[in-house]
Formats: sequence, C-alpha cells, structure tokens
Amino acid sequence: MPAVDGRTRPPPAPTPCEAKPLMLRFIIRRSLQMIPTLLAVVLIIFVIFSVVPGSFISSLMAEGRNVMNAEVLAHLNEQFGLDKPLPVRLWDYLWGLAHFDLGISYRTREPVWNVIEPRLWPSIKLALTAMGFAAAVGVPLGFLAALKPGSVFDTGTMMLAVSGLSVPEFWLGLLLMYVFALQLGLLPSFGYQPGSIRHIILPAIALGVSPMALLARTTRAGVLDVMNADFVRTARAKGLSEPRLVRAHVARNVLVLVLTTLGLQIGSLMGQAIVIEKLFSWPGIGSLLVDSVATRDIPVVQGTVIVIVLWFLVINMLVDVAYAAIDPRIKVT
Amino acid sequence: MSGAPSDSVRADPVLSVRDLRIGVGRNNELLHGVSFDILPGETYGLVGESGSGKSITGLSVMGLLKRPLQVTAGSISFQGEDMLKLGRRARRKLRGDRMAMIFQEPMTALNPLATIGRQIAEMFVIHRGMGWSEARRKAVEALESVRVPSPEERARSYPHQLSGGMRQRVMIAIALACRPDLLIADEPTTALDVTVQAGVLELIAELCKAEGTAVLLVSHDLGVIANMCRRVGVMDRGRLVEEQDTKALFENPLHPYTRGLLAARPRLGSRPVAGRGRLTELDEVVADEERGREAPTLTTPRGLRLEATA
Amino acid sequence: MRLRFNFALGLLLALLVIAAAVGSGWLAPYDPVMDADLMNSEMPPSWEHWLGTDGQGRDVFSRVLFGARVSLTVGLVSQLINSCIGTALGVSAGYFGGWWDDLVNGLTNVMLAIPSLVFALAIMAVLGPGLPSLLIALGLTNWSWTCRIARSSTLSLKSQGFVQAAKTAGFGDTNIMRTQILPNILGPVLVIATLGIGGAVLAEAALSFLGVGIRPPQPSWGNMLTDARELIRTAPWASVFPGLAIFATVLGFNLLGDGLRDMLDPHMRTRRT
Repeated sequence: MPAVDGRTRPPPAPTPCEAKPLMLRFIIRRSLQMIPTLLAVVLIIFVIFSVVPGSFISSLMAEGRNVMNAEVLAHLNEQFGLDKPLPVRLWDYLWGLAHFDLGISYRTREPVWNVIEPRLWPSIKLALTAMGFAAAVGVPLGFLAALKPGSVFDTGTMMLAVSGLSVPEFWLGLLLMYVFALQLGLLPSFGYQPGSIRHIILPAIALGVSPMALLARTTRAGVLDVMNADFVRTARAKGLSEPRLVRAHVARNVLVLVLTTLGLQIGSLMGQAIVIEKLFSWPGIGSLLVDSVATRDIPVVQGTVIVIVLWFLVINMLVDVAYAAIDPRIKVT
Repeated sequence: MSGAPSDSVRADPVLSVRDLRIGVGRNNELLHGVSFDILPGETYGLVGESGSGKSITGLSVMGLLKRPLQVTAGSISFQGEDMLKLGRRARRKLRGDRMAMIFQEPMTALNPLATIGRQIAEMFVIHRGMGWSEARRKAVEALESVRVPSPEERARSYPHQLSGGMRQRVMIAIALACRPDLLIADEPTTALDVTVQAGVLELIAELCKAEGTAVLLVSHDLGVIANMCRRVGVMDRGRLVEEQDTKALFENPLHPYTRGLLAARPRLGSRPVAGRGRLTELDEVVADEERGREAPTLTTPRGLRLEATA
Repeated sequence: MRLRFNFALGLLLALLVIAAAVGSGWLAPYDPVMDADLMNSEMPPSWEHWLGTDGQGRDVFSRVLFGARVSLTVGLVSQLINSCIGTALGVSAGYFGGWWDDLVNGLTNVMLAIPSLVFALAIMAVLGPGLPSLLIALGLTNWSWTCRIARSSTLSLKSQGFVQAAKTAGFGDTNIMRTQILPNILGPVLVIATLGIGGAVLAEAALSFLGVGIRPPQPSWGNMLTDARELIRTAPWASVFPGLAIFATVLGFNLLGDGLRDMLDPHMRTRRT
C-alpha cells in the first residue's frame, strides 16, 4: 500500500523506550475528552434544577424556619444569584467550576466544596472496599465455574450470581445488620469511624454483592471464551500443563475481557452506594446527596452529582490506560 | 475392518495408527477405523474433503481432541509406544517436544498478548528447562531459521504486528523448536495468501528434511499434497479409502472417490472433463453408493514402480 | 436442560407477580391501608396474618400483594418508555449517521456517566414523590444500553442486501426503518427490556426506601422497608417479606431475560450464562 502522504502511513510499533511519553500524551488526551461529557452533565443538571417548582427560598418559608419578609427574601435571592436570568446563572456556575468553585450551600452557607470534601474519602473507601470484596470473591468463583462448565459447582455459582444481581442491596444490608449486628452482636450495625475496619464490613458486603455477581458471570464467560480460543489449543500443543496454561495464556486474556466490567462497576459504585450509605448512616457522598435532595439544597446536589460523574469518568479513563498497558493491540496515540 | 497395510517396512514407523475410531460417545462414530504408518523422515499426506475426518485424526495423534470427541477404539503408537495407554503427564511431555503441530489459522493461533519471542522461548523453558534469558536467545535463533527478517526486533513484536505468512513462520518456529520427530501440519497454508503459500510449504519441507522430521500433512489441496508428500492417504467420510505413493496415486487412482477427487480439481487449460467446460462437482463423478461403505483400504506398497496401466 | 429450568422458573416468578398485582383486590384478606389495628401491631406470622403485621397493625401479606401493583406498573411502564426512547434514538442514529449520530452517541455517553439511580433521584427531587414522577424519572434515565444495541444492530443491518433493496425500490426512510430494521432488532431490544424491568423494580424500591418514591400510606415494597427498618429488632418479618417479594420479582425477570437471550442467540449459550 503506497503511502500517499506522511500521515496515512501506519506508525511503527512503539518500542518500550518511546512508549512512556506516548502514554502520558494518551492520558492527557483522554482527560481532555472528559470535559465535553462533564459540561453536558452540568448543563442537564442545571436545567433540571432551574425548573424546580418552588425555589429553595419558598421551601425554607414553608418549613417556617425563618419568618421572612420581602426584604430578606430579596436579599437571599441576590446573595445566591437567583435574581439573575438562567443563562447568566449557568455562565456564572461554569465560570466558578473552572476555578474549582462549586458555589455556596443554601443551607450551611459554606462553599459546597467544603461540604463535599469531608464526605469524599469515606465514599471512596466504601466503594473500593466493596469492589475489593466483589473482585476477590467474584473473579475466582467465575474462574472455577468456567473450568468445569455444566458441573454442579458451575450451576450453583451461576444461580448464586443471578440471585446476587436480583437482590435489593439495601434489603440485604438490612438482613446483614439484623443477623451480624443485632442477633450475633459481632459487628456495629451502622456509623462510621475513620480508622475502623469493623464498621465498613457490612456496608461493603451489601454494596459488593451485585458487582461480585456480575464479575462472576463476566469472568466465567471470559474464561470460556478464552479456553475455546485457538491460541489455547496452540499452548496445549506446545505441551504446557494446565496450571501453566492458565497462568501464562488464559489469565491475562481473561483480565482484558473482565477489565471493562470492573471499571464500569467501580465507576458507578459511588452512585449505587447512595441507598447503602443512607441505610448504614455512612457519611459519604451518597447520603449527602439524599439529604441535600430532601432539603432542596440545590448547589450541594449539583456538586455531588458532578463529583459522582467525575469519579465515573476518571475511573473509566484509568481503565482505558490500563487497557493500553495490558493489550498491545490498542494503539496509544 | 481394514487391515494393516501389507508393505515391506524398511524401518520402524515413527507413527503407526491402527484401526483408530473417534466418536461422540459410543454411538456417534466419526472416524471408522483408520490405519496408516508414517516412516521416519517421511512426509505423509492425508487428503479429503472437509468433514472427512482428517483433522480429528491429526488432533487425536497429538491428544488434543476436545470433549465430547474422544478416541473410542484402536491404537496410536508413536515410536513404539501406545499413546492411548500413556498417562496424561507423559503424553504432555511428548507434545511439543517429540511431536508438534501447526494449525490452519495463524491469525488466531498465537496469544495476542504475548511477544513472539516469549511464545517461542516458552518451548525451551518447558521442554529444555532453560531460563528465560537463554530461551529468548534461542528463540531469536529459531526465528532466524524460519527466515523471519530482523529476528531480534520481531521477537519483541506482538502477533498483530505480523502478516499471516510471518505468523505461520512463527508457528513453524514454535513447532520445530525442540526438533520433534513428527510434525503434524493441519492445513498449514489454507488461510494464507496464495503468494506466500509456496514459501511456507518450502520452509516446512526444507527444515523437516534437514532434521529428519516426519510430517503428517493434512490438506484438502491435492496440489499441496502432490508437491510435498511421498505417500498419500485419501479420506472420505471417516474412512481411509486409499493409500499409495503420491506418484502412483495420481497416475493410477484405485478408489472411485479418489478418481472423483482428481477429476474435481480445477485445471487450467485442460480438456473439459466429461464433455463439460466447467468445474466438476464431486457428486457427479462418484456415485453416492460408492462412498461410505465398509471396505478395506486400497493400498499399494511403498516404492512400487507402476507402469501407467490405466 | 438447566437453561430451560431457569427460564421456566423465571416465567413462574413473573407470572406470580403479575397474578399478585392483578388479583390483589380479591386475594388480599385485608385492606392494605385502612385496616390498621394498633392493638395488633407487630404480630408475628399467624393464621390470621400469614406474614404478620407491621408497626401500625396492618396485614403484611395484603400490603405485599398491593405492593406488586406499584412495582409491576413502574417496571413495565418505565421500561417501555426506555425501550421506545432507546430504540428510536438508536435506530435513527444508526440509519442516518452524520451529526445526528454524533449527537445521540454523545448523549448516550453522558447518560452512561450519570448513574441512573442518581439521575432518577435528581428528577424525583424536581417532580416530587408519586407514581407518575417515578414513571418519568425511571423511564428517562435507563435507555442508553437499548440505544447502543439498536444503533449497532442498525448499522450492521443497513449494509445488508434487503435494506439496500428496499432503498433501491424507493421506500421512504421511515418506512424502511419501520418495516425492514425494527423487526430485526426487536429480539435484543426485548432482552434488554426484560432485564431492565428487574432494574426498574429495584430502582423503584430504592427510591421509595429513600422516601422520594411512593409515599406512605400507599404500600410499595420500598417504603414498607423504610417503616420496617425501625422495627427490625421486634418485627423482622415486616422487613423480610417485602424484600423477598422484590428479590423474587427481579430474579424472575432476570431469569426470563437470560433465557430469552440464550434462545435468540444459541451461540452465546455456554458463554454468557
């Protein structure tokens, strides 16, 4: 194929020494690609909340917290910029966002970031612990099930998996709480202590069951796929023992197949966690979102949604980077 | 039941297959008693249509039949040892070391996530107990021997960076890494561009000749068989219907099916077969009742000079 | 064998829920809202109250039966909305391509980035609690997978002979999409929809549990759990049975969806179970 100009020629295979700056460029480019998505999310959220019937101020009045006269109301409206037209408010918000300013909470009058920031680490900790549990249990289960397809173990595991996908996690959490905290008294039933492992066990298991089930299914499907691949037959023809075959040729290829699910799950776990966080009184982003929705603290709701989306996008970018590192077929450009 | 070919055996065969039957369970038999011998250094061709059982014959010799397929009867004796009585471990040790296999699909037969060098080096690590660095050096040599250009660099490449022909050369390098006594080549050039087929076949022939490796070449392509093999077995519907030296087979096919197979070849500039100027369907030449019958394999002894009698 | 068993179990569970929802008016021994009896609150399961009573002395069995109505309505209607949106966007994007395709693709990616429960929660915050809000909130937030599948199937169908033939024959775009493409993508869309019903039932339960879905006293499995949670020590049955109902329903639709997928795509049978 004659190269018409320099650009159409396929790039030479990257050698290890030039791969690193390429990877950095890849990460930067993927980060920039997140911006339009994030902007669209902000726009959608902003529009949704600007059509709220009954503003925050009127909900305050309805609660009878403050006996407000017209003067106070006007003052509040001005303070929060609610007297300006929508496009101006949107522009102000985006401008603030560009400076990492998420606005000011209606309720506490603090910058929204100050409200969110202390919630961030507990949420991440819960999501990662749940995912760790899910991966540690789900992946080996799926692997073992696939090695003997159709066996009793396989059937049982897959039945367990579909059950795990069907069980409402907060109900499971409630049952776990009942059995392990209230009946057996082994673990605390709710709450959060910064260094406590005991507090995180029950919410993490309740949250991790659904991703665990999904991972078990994906892993099983992946292993079956890979085990049927031609290169595994080649490896057998080479005289590899089964354990060596799995280690050297199957595991990595399965990982490539499982990685997408893994990433999507970690990414959406912060959003999925809202009910579990509420149930276990876990001071994370999710319970903050629910509370802010209840009190109509719109700036905080917007801020938490943005944080949740950002987490999803960042995790997915990391997954793409991991792909590029594991799979040589993916071009890093 | 087909008996053993009654030829004057000059050396003990490397591979001796006797009355091999393969089936799904006991009832669904796909291979109905196939027997043949391959002498040391000999290139033996198995030819037949797809589904005739030639590929599973090759796979069963390697011990790579996939469930639910299994050998139900017969024997496969390799260098005097019955493979079917051998333990799994012992059989695995032979695979890749004393007998090796090349497959049809070079695009998918290599692990996409491992470098070429590593996939070749693995052979030396498993069968020769070498360390990875030494094995890697040997892998580069192996790549050189299959005439892959700039082998040092190629050893660091991944399969997707190579063309089909190059990948098949890599497969050959893997298969011949441990200088096996028997190479099973299952349609080694079918998936390749016509332009590179000849090169790959030549390479197989040359390397095996140099090492004295016997080859079981499975192909549907009579041209390939004619060029490569000293002796040919013709398979049809799970039976070996005829076995002769290549020259004899082409000059004097004994079985109607073989005659049909030869007639069905597209030939450039040849006279129209049976008065028709188009490709001949196999079914038009060989009547169905001639096929799939229980009958002994028609053979002529090795090295027999035949006068053209037909 | 096992697959057929799974499918049959799914069908059985789904039919059971439908029967409960349709027949709750006749089957329920008590009124789910009015028959509160504080003298008989937190009674364990008995002959009079098969599944016990809750904190206000209402019959849990009757409330679970009536809860099926809410769950099933939300599950079916919201998933129908999702399927329609997803199919319409996906098919048109795949068929027309160009800027419209880019726009739909971008929107799908945005929808995937916002966890659907979070999105639904935000919409519920705006619309306020209640069944209509739930249908809208869950119907607008979970169409991205349908859209993706519809789009990719349309892309592959577009290049096939019969679509090209219809084009050459002078059929209009809408006509081709309706008569040539839609019937061919109905299978995968149906599979996603069936699995989506389970997801919608779970989401409804979660939102109601959080207090933004169905408002008490109207019974929904989610809000029953909100109340029961306070009584978990003294009346665990009030928590167990509504949750079991959610579980059985979602399991039913998930098994049904898996079964449908395997039937439509036999190649995936061993791989994707």
